[in-house]
Amino acid sequence: MLTETTRKKIDSELKKFPIDQKQSAIIAALQIIQTENGFLTDDLIALAADYLGMPKIAAMEVATFYNMFELKPAGKYKISVCTNISCALREADDIVCHLQKKLNINFNEVTKDSKFSLKESECMGACSGAPLMTINNHKMHEHLTPQKVDQILEELD
Amino acid sequence: MLNNKSHNASKGSEVFPICLRTSNLENSSSLQTYLSIGGYQQIQRILKEKISPEKLIEEIKISGLRGRGGAGFPTGIKWSFIPNDSAGTKYIVCNSDEGEPGTFKDREIIKKNPHQLIEGMTIAAYIMGAQVGYNYIHGEIWEEYESFEKALAEAKKANFLGKSICGLGFDFELHAFHGYGAYICGEETALIESIEGKKGQPRFKPPFPATYGIYGRPTNVNNTETYATIPWIMQNGGESFANIGVENSGGTKIFSVSGHIERPGNYEIPMGMPFKTLLELSGGVWKGRKLKAVIPGGPSTPVLPAAEIMETTLDYDSLKNSGSSVGAGSLIVMDETTCMVSTLKRLSYFFYEESCGQCTPCREGTGWVYRVIKRIVDGKGKPEDIDLLLDVSKKISGRTICALGDAAAVPVLSFIKHFKDEFKYFIKNGKSMMDANS
Repeated sequence: MLTETTRKKIDSELKKFPIDQKQSAIIAALQIIQTENGFLTDDLIALAADYLGMPKIAAMEVATFYNMFELKPAGKYKISVCTNISCALREADDIVCHLQKKLNINFNEVTKDSKFSLKESECMGACSGAPLMTINNHKMHEHLTPQKVDQILEELD
Repeated sequence: MLNNKSHNASKGSEVFPICLRTSNLENSSSLQTYLSIGGYQQIQRILKEKISPEKLIEEIKISGLRGRGGAGFPTGIKWSFIPNDSAGTKYIVCNSDEGEPGTFKDREIIKKNPHQLIEGMTIAAYIMGAQVGYNYIHGEIWEEYESFEKALAEAKKANFLGKSICGLGFDFELHAFHGYGAYICGEETALIESIEGKKGQPRFKPPFPATYGIYGRPTNVNNTETYATIPWIMQNGGESFANIGVENSGGTKIFSVSGHIERPGNYEIPMGMPFKTLLELSGGVWKGRKLKAVIPGGPSTPVLPAAEIMETTLDYDSLKNSGSSVGAGSLIVMDETTCMVSTLKRLSYFFYEESCGQCTPCREGTGWVYRVIKRIVDGKGKPEDIDLLLDVSKKISGRTICALGDAAAVPVLSFIKHFKDEFKYFIKNGKSMMDANS
């Protein structure tokens, strides 16, 4: 069962759409659930589908299509590094190598203590700040250097 | 009206902020700041004077404004496709899902000047008789999604949105919608599917969104920069806008400059500015290096070698004559040390990763292209690989429902066209020409 807080947040999204078009809120609903849980399970996706009165398979299609959704356990802090052209030209590879070495994991892996996971990301649309990364999808860090990455990670408990 | 200094800028050597005109003001994104530069006066004037949509569309046609998302379709003509008098709900959608690598202008408009976008969308809604609008924002720029929600709340509270705007009898509801990581949703029918709560797979056209959009209702989709330009055109007249640019390319355009450049950022400049001038404005190639190549409008537009782009002006006709395109104005600068083979590998991976999988030539072809380039970069290329890449790319192009397939072919064809020797060298020697001396 979805918590009351979750339901309230989804209800607020539902106000944006006609009353007979609840499915329109599925991306928002999955986002809200993932932000609370860290990743999406089949059960959570089914709960979202039920709440919006849509087929479970349609919600699953959405969860598997949009790449900011996590379908496997992620770290407490999911780090997504952009490696697309504008970041690559400004040495995003150095940032990736630094992170992989520091955390001792590759892309799509989680550290043993479950604190961090690492993902390769496509263009985030903020290339003047290249190279850049996001933490848990919603917090962006720009103009990265290995030193700056160290600082950012140190501040995370 | 603008002061003379700004009009002098139309001669083409300075930035000329229209969409970004609040950027240098304190609290640039606040309602108060927008009001201080005459914000929301145009929608009020239009509603008070009951100016006819036809007259407003005429003004936009005179301005020469063309869609700023990449297709460059004349906005005035597009807006006349939606019958103003048809019954039932109609929708206005703003496409802020900028995922084309190297594009970051919509983010800055939303961040620095959201109210001008809101006013532009409201004027568009009035013109096309729409009651509801959505701004579809790229999921990765989450902080801008949240700040836009705040701007919407501010505008609603001040009655610039909602029921009877400014007490003048026109209703318009505007909502923010976030994506969650899918480049394809920048394609307007994929975006519409996404708003309906589905996978972002483009629709077969016709019918076009103008007659069959969100929930099957007439829908107009335009880019953020396009809508944000409208209040200025209404304030200063279409002719003033057209006069800023050059023939066929009215007004200003934001170029997002990234890559090997001293000062990456957004530069809103009069169209027709020589590339050389923009290069100077943005501080030149970084580290004092030489220019090798430029992608002028994002990877969906063909790359141009330095010698060619240096002779080009930044407008629709000039870039077209050079064999490329304005695209979304996502100008990616590459210095003399750049390996074009490795760069193409990254771009090809992007199109493979982001293909929605609906059309076989794109789903299979993008993966095939990526695997061939990867084997070249891994030192296992075969002499026939260049022809294979060209052949597969040409067979994707024109054989898919949407433009992603065409876009995926563009970098392959243009990189090989201009830098074939580098590809041959890599295949023959198993290493990059850029590493030749190491």
